[in-house]
Amino acid sequence: MSERTELTTTKAPDPSERPTAPAVDIFEDAGGITLLADMPGVAKDRLDVKLDGDALSVEGRVELQGLTDMRALWAEVNVPRFRRTFTLSRELDASRIEANLKDGVLTLRVPKHAHAQPRRIEVKSA
Amino acid sequence: MFDTMLSRPQNLFDQLESLQRLLTRAAGVEGAPGGIRSVAYGAFPEINVGRTPNSVEVFAFAPGIDGSSLDVTIERNVLKISGARTSTIPKGDAQVQVYANERPQGRFSRAVSLPDDVDPRKVEAKYRDGILRVSIALSAAAQPQRISVQ
Repeated sequence: MSERTELTTTKAPDPSERPTAPAVDIFEDAGGITLLADMPGVAKDRLDVKLDGDALSVEGRVELQGLTDMRALWAEVNVPRFRRTFTLSRELDASRIEANLKDGVLTLRVPKHAHAQPRRIEVKSA
Repeated sequence: MFDTMLSRPQNLFDQLESLQRLLTRAAGVEGAPGGIRSVAYGAFPEINVGRTPNSVEVFAFAPGIDGSSLDVTIERNVLKISGARTSTIPKGDAQVQVYANERPQGRFSRAVSLPDDVDPRKVEAKYRDGILRVSIALSAAAQPQRISVQ
């Protein structure tokens, strides 16, 4: 390869370090949106829920105890990292997001702004 | 209408990603040995197996389950893990709109053939942070031992 190629080639990210997207359930009711994400092996102190503008991202690192001198015989989970980003819409109140982590399942509740909650519009008869 | 759809790139990328995942599943895991009890990539729960000098460790990535409802058995050197996971999506509510339902639910069961040199009487199972860890001790004959030189 020429020198030029070397200069312009940036270090490709290691594919084995690309985080896995956790499986999620997302549903909406009158009050807001609930999101559940499967993040097995992620403890509370290894979980990061971030809000940047309207981008809500969840990230977690899997911790397994006592892996020293362990040899893998079989691995279906190859990347010990989860990450997924969601775009929030305007009617959601990002300042009141509640996060709860239990048994490796992250539950996020994103409430709607009060003015965005559904209300019935009365039809007046003439 | 199409404009508004295209202005939400997130959805497009999500679709590409799910397509990629499907393709990965169809192609299988590269380089992984094909055991007779191996199942299609993406089965629930995902399982990793490791070996230490003294034990075989099985990790089942099964989040959101009551640990006591998990059933772990060993029979003729086959470890079986089964249980159930209930859906968290409220059913029968017309007000609820579901956008994603990717998390596996319902009854599940997976089996792992263990190496021949384990001692199935010495087993420990723990459930923590959504991972079930089963440690099966190696039989005494298979454990490393120091031989003193006379």
